[in-house]
Amino acid sequence: MISRRRFVATGASGLLLGGCDRLNNSAQFRGVLRDAEKLTMGAQRLVVPRDALAREYGEADLSPIFRSNGTAMPGTSEYAQHLAENFANWRLQVDGLVSRPLSIPLQTLRSIPHRVQITRHDCVEGWSAIGKWHGLELSRILNAAGLSTRARYIVFHCADRFGDKPYYESVDLVDAFHPQTIIAWGMNGNLLTVPHGAPLRLRVERQLGYKSAKYIQRIEAVESLAGIYGGRGGYWEDNADYEWYAGI
Amino acid sequence: MDQAAATAEPIEEPVPAPAPRIAHRHRLPTRLWHWVNALTVFIMLMSGLMIFNAHPRLYWGQFGANFDHPWLMFHGRPIPGWATIPSTYNLAAARRWHLAFAWILVIGLVTFLITSLINRHVQRDLAPTPDEVKPKHIWHDVQEHARLRFPTGEAALRYNILQKLSYVAVIFVLLPLMLLSGLAMSPAMDASWPWLLDIFVGRQSARSIHFICAMAILAFIIVHLTMVVLAGPLNEIGSMITGRFRVPPERPQQ
Repeated sequence: MISRRRFVATGASGLLLGGCDRLNNSAQFRGVLRDAEKLTMGAQRLVVPRDALAREYGEADLSPIFRSNGTAMPGTSEYAQHLAENFANWRLQVDGLVSRPLSIPLQTLRSIPHRVQITRHDCVEGWSAIGKWHGLELSRILNAAGLSTRARYIVFHCADRFGDKPYYESVDLVDAFHPQTIIAWGMNGNLLTVPHGAPLRLRVERQLGYKSAKYIQRIEAVESLAGIYGGRGGYWEDNADYEWYAGI
Repeated sequence: MDQAAATAEPIEEPVPAPAPRIAHRHRLPTRLWHWVNALTVFIMLMSGLMIFNAHPRLYWGQFGANFDHPWLMFHGRPIPGWATIPSTYNLAAARRWHLAFAWILVIGLVTFLITSLINRHVQRDLAPTPDEVKPKHIWHDVQEHARLRFPTGEAALRYNILQKLSYVAVIFVLLPLMLLSGLAMSPAMDASWPWLLDIFVGRQSARSIHFICAMAILAFIIVHLTMVVLAGPLNEIGSMITGRFRVPPERPQQ
């Protein structure tokens, strides 16, 4: 009886699934699904005010252990060198479509007044963790560099590699200039640890965790994402077909 | 037939069976929505189960991850390929299916609700009457269902109280909860509508409620399909396609 029920269930779902898998392999159908994704982003941009803040929590809400994800240790010799030097020579490059390219020493970034926010990190896999982040608003860095009016995206180049591919991410100017979008150097009252992106990481609080790139070395302002690595705006977007807009 | 043979009544000439009465039920919006949903809900469930495979643990509260206490936890990827879209592990594709078909589900739900309030389907057919919600009446219907004695004649053209309650629960409770708890998992929506986090008391609670409601909808579908099979699948399915329903003749009084 159970085997028959299972047989029927398997058969029925097989029909549906066979069709779905075939559809999923069709570039045309994937294009339709991708259009729905644009609809989602458009709708969210419509109902979410530009400066609507992600919820900020209290100290009591912090996750007891904030799990790390993705790279836990960038394996390059350059990074190992920086780690050995305690990041004393780490600099943040700001270039691309800016009038004043910058190379900011880490010490300078840490020494100017900064923002502290206790926010929730939502992973695309489904889990959430709450942490306290210390860092400089990205808008201040971009304003200091003098963003060109042609710039439409901000690209974050990272020190970690997946295989031979560097991690990178990008946001548009709505998120780049959001008051909670910060280049963080501290977490939960301490300097960032290596699994959480030492010495610098991005926090984009209204999108999923993979947008909040770690180990940031260079910020580049661009007009288009085409031509940058895989052209889809991020490592996971290029290599695992994740959505570039990760607001849901 | 057996009953007639067992009695001592004189055998009567067989009377020709009256032509079955055809009634119209399920108006076009209801039928359209039903079949759009039949497809959409299966896609939502199966792609949702693939997304669940990515982190098969559920928590209560604002946060929840591997070091926190889950109220439900599986190891590995618990949902087999025959129950997921796509059939092999692919979180990105499952999310794309889920978030695309969510639009169809939501637009369908809102359109159906507006249409059904205007054409009074909700008020006339779905809303239970005061008499129907009396415990005695509900208990009677439960017993009738348990004996597989389904309504005949005029009564077969109306929803019985158990149908009404389950349809109302799905349309007015489960589907809206699915939508709201789904939105509450969106970090962008939480920024815009912080009350989403408040009504579910946290994103991870919303995720748990999303899962529980999905399982409740699955349970509804299983019971629903069982009842269709027991009540005469051809007539029931046919009436949901064409709107024409062959009314089961009144049961002879015993």
